[in-house]
Amino acid sequence: MLRFIVRRLLLLVPILLGLSILVFVFIRALPGSPAESLLGERATPEAIAQVREQYGLDDPIYIQYAKYLETTVAEFDLGVSIVSRRDVTAELKERFPATVELALAAMLFSVGLGIPLGFFAAKRYGGIVDHTSLVASLIGISIPIFFLALVLKYVFAVRLGWFPSVGRIDVLIDLEPRTNFYVIDAIIARDWTALRDVLEHLVLPAVALGSIPLAIVARITRAAVLDVQNEDYVRTARAKGLSPRIVDSRHVLRNALLPVSTIIGLQTGLLLSGAVLTETVFARPGMGTWLTDAIFNRDYPVLQAGILFLSIVFVLVNLVVDISYAIINPRIRYSS
Amino acid sequence: MARRLRKPVALLAVALVALTAASLGGAGHQSRTLVFGASRDPLILDPILVSDGESLRPIRQIFEGLMTVVPGTARVGPSLARSFKASNKGRTYTFALRKGVRFHDNTQFNAQAVCFNFKRWYNFKGPFQSSAATSYWQSIFGGFQTTVGNTSAPVGQQQSLFRSCQVVNRYTARINLTRPSASFIGALSLPSFSISSPAALRRYEADKAELRGGSPVFTGSYGFEHPTGTGPFRFESWRRGERLTLARFSRYWGPKAHLSRIIFRPITTNAGRLQALQTGEVQGYDLVDPQDMATIRSNRSLRLLNRPQFNVAYVAINQQQEPMNRLAVRQAVAYGLDRQAVIRSSIYAGRGEVAHAFMPPSLPGYAKNVKKYKYDPARSRRLLQGAGLRLPVRIEFWYPSGVQRPYMPDPPRIFQAFAASLERAGFDVVPRSAPWSPDYLNAAQTGKAGHLHLLGWTGDYADADNFLGEFFQAPKPQWGFNNRAIHRILERAEAETNTKKRTALYQQANRQIMQFLPGIPYAHTKPALGFQTRVRGYIASPVSLEPFRLVFYGGGT
Repeated sequence: MLRFIVRRLLLLVPILLGLSILVFVFIRALPGSPAESLLGERATPEAIAQVREQYGLDDPIYIQYAKYLETTVAEFDLGVSIVSRRDVTAELKERFPATVELALAAMLFSVGLGIPLGFFAAKRYGGIVDHTSLVASLIGISIPIFFLALVLKYVFAVRLGWFPSVGRIDVLIDLEPRTNFYVIDAIIARDWTALRDVLEHLVLPAVALGSIPLAIVARITRAAVLDVQNEDYVRTARAKGLSPRIVDSRHVLRNALLPVSTIIGLQTGLLLSGAVLTETVFARPGMGTWLTDAIFNRDYPVLQAGILFLSIVFVLVNLVVDISYAIINPRIRYSS
Repeated sequence: MARRLRKPVALLAVALVALTAASLGGAGHQSRTLVFGASRDPLILDPILVSDGESLRPIRQIFEGLMTVVPGTARVGPSLARSFKASNKGRTYTFALRKGVRFHDNTQFNAQAVCFNFKRWYNFKGPFQSSAATSYWQSIFGGFQTTVGNTSAPVGQQQSLFRSCQVVNRYTARINLTRPSASFIGALSLPSFSISSPAALRRYEADKAELRGGSPVFTGSYGFEHPTGTGPFRFESWRRGERLTLARFSRYWGPKAHLSRIIFRPITTNAGRLQALQTGEVQGYDLVDPQDMATIRSNRSLRLLNRPQFNVAYVAINQQQEPMNRLAVRQAVAYGLDRQAVIRSSIYAGRGEVAHAFMPPSLPGYAKNVKKYKYDPARSRRLLQGAGLRLPVRIEFWYPSGVQRPYMPDPPRIFQAFAASLERAGFDVVPRSAPWSPDYLNAAQTGKAGHLHLLGWTGDYADADNFLGEFFQAPKPQWGFNNRAIHRILERAEAETNTKKRTALYQQANRQIMQFLPGIPYAHTKPALGFQTRVRGYIASPVSLEPFRLVFYGGGT
């Protein structure tokens, strides 16, 4: 197992190197540069030339890449945002927890609801519950995240006023951001008002972001349960006289969860990318809004660091999924 | 199993219902705190280092300059300077300063503080000489005393308008310029030239910066954690992406602010700001979309506030693109644009008026008797044929995508309307579009945006120089012409300190410009702000510099 993990971690090096080249070239292939973006309507050709010179934007691209690699790898410096003029690392530390918090909430929503839904649909195969969950999951997969987010926001925040429409926390609540995971920060501070407020701010974005994974998890669970419950070992367990509850939990669900765990891993990556839209709609200061603004402003250092960082997270999440897969499935554990 | 799963599902449902019920009560905002929806975070709160509206809005509350704009107008009035006297043919300005003014760190404001700030700006080096960092200083004052580091900023007294600052006595400061400039006083009302506490600047290392990877990084904490001015609000805290909080300054020299706190909350989308206003998460925001105005009007707890017009939208003509170098063709364009129809359409939602010059009518120097161009497509065709051109004349017309500006609320629709009217006037319009920033702006500024392109300008301060001077005082690739007569008259007007003569020069310039037609101005607009009805005392400023000191809640809240 250890060799497997080390091998996968070592694989990160060429992946990241390749990715960094791709990101570096793609970003610079976009028309325009940060110079015009920074100066706006007040840009003069002289000022643009000055900023281009200052940021080294006139150097050949391989020299720019070499400089970038030198500062990033040799000095562990992700650079400075061209727009906010702050350390990219400092901004990353503020933004990433917001996105992780949202992705986890969305995952919790989709798994917490998707597995029972899929399970019940399979148990009542062909019945109303099954058909309803099928239709609902089809709708869930088909609705674009941003549209659902806008509808949820309009209905539950603007019309009904049940939930806040923007941000991560009420601006009048003072919560010391120790970890930048506000749920954790509120618990550490034992500030239950803040905790309730943070959770309220999470509900609508998490439901919007979790809708597609919810549908997928429900469908995969349903299919897997249907598959597993006709297996010989399940029939044997039943024949041995085990109670239906034990058969379901020990034999059916545990084996049915194998494909579900893979899907959850893959969905985590999608959740991170889906957060871009959700965060924009709900004005949550996370990686999504950070990177969107960076694209519009051609903020190269932010884009490079942000995309590479998300790639690392994606690869690591997949590694964790593989490991958990091995833990859940003894056959893989023994063969490895 | 099914029964076992019912329990967690039920718990989840109960939790959701409880959460919903809990939120129904709504925390409600504490009284005397105003939450204002900003479109994004400020960049830094060191006035001289910014030129964008979202940074200048809070800076206007924390800091004050020698001059300011009178609330609700673009007129320049006294602020930290009670009065000033020009001498030495407009090269010397002596300011009588206000007494008894304290900075937020409790140090005293005096002539030494004024000169400290001016000398700081003039002596900026290295990263601070980037035009992205000190754009207003460079555009108004030109250069720095010395050039240090890899920059192409103008240098020395030949380039800089600023020569020196003298402390005449404790409350009198004298600023010497290298050449006469009548726009100098108007420019001093820009929040960028606000006076910071010298003690705080030193203590929190405002001048500490380094170049990393070619980028200027301000490593001192002054502009991020300790901005210190004399304004009615002091800096309290700033959590990027979430809020910037200012608190009332209890030792303010003038009438104290009604509000105890202002919170600027960044919400990037216009729809998001509108919804936050509807839910009460913010109590006001700027630049309401024309299509959202009906929503605000129909809600009794919300209201619209008009900002006096101080902008111009125009169709720029690039004379480097044949046949635009011919006056008859430019006139054909002017007669071929149905400006009245565009202004009357739903695009401007009744918030615009047809522009006849490149500056707003409220400014001294505006001329009513400029040549006007009423929509006349038949005349356009005759002009084109008279110029020996075969109809239709093919022209490339650029417009930006993904943007709304106060003077240009819906660029694609404006383009469509103009393109249709130009086609009736004998042109074959080839549409070209690009994302606003940086692509479109880059193309426009470097003269690569076809024959015609849409653009506009919102004034920074009340001076004709900030409009006509910006556009036409020197040759620019955007317009692609070199007309010595126009450039010269604008140079003379900028330097003229006699108000009457100056006004006459700008009026003359306006007439010449509209004869020469470097472009066609088409709209002045009144942008709008959205507020909750109970917010009172917000006096909209044409230059977007509102003093929050005057804001209060009506109805005892």
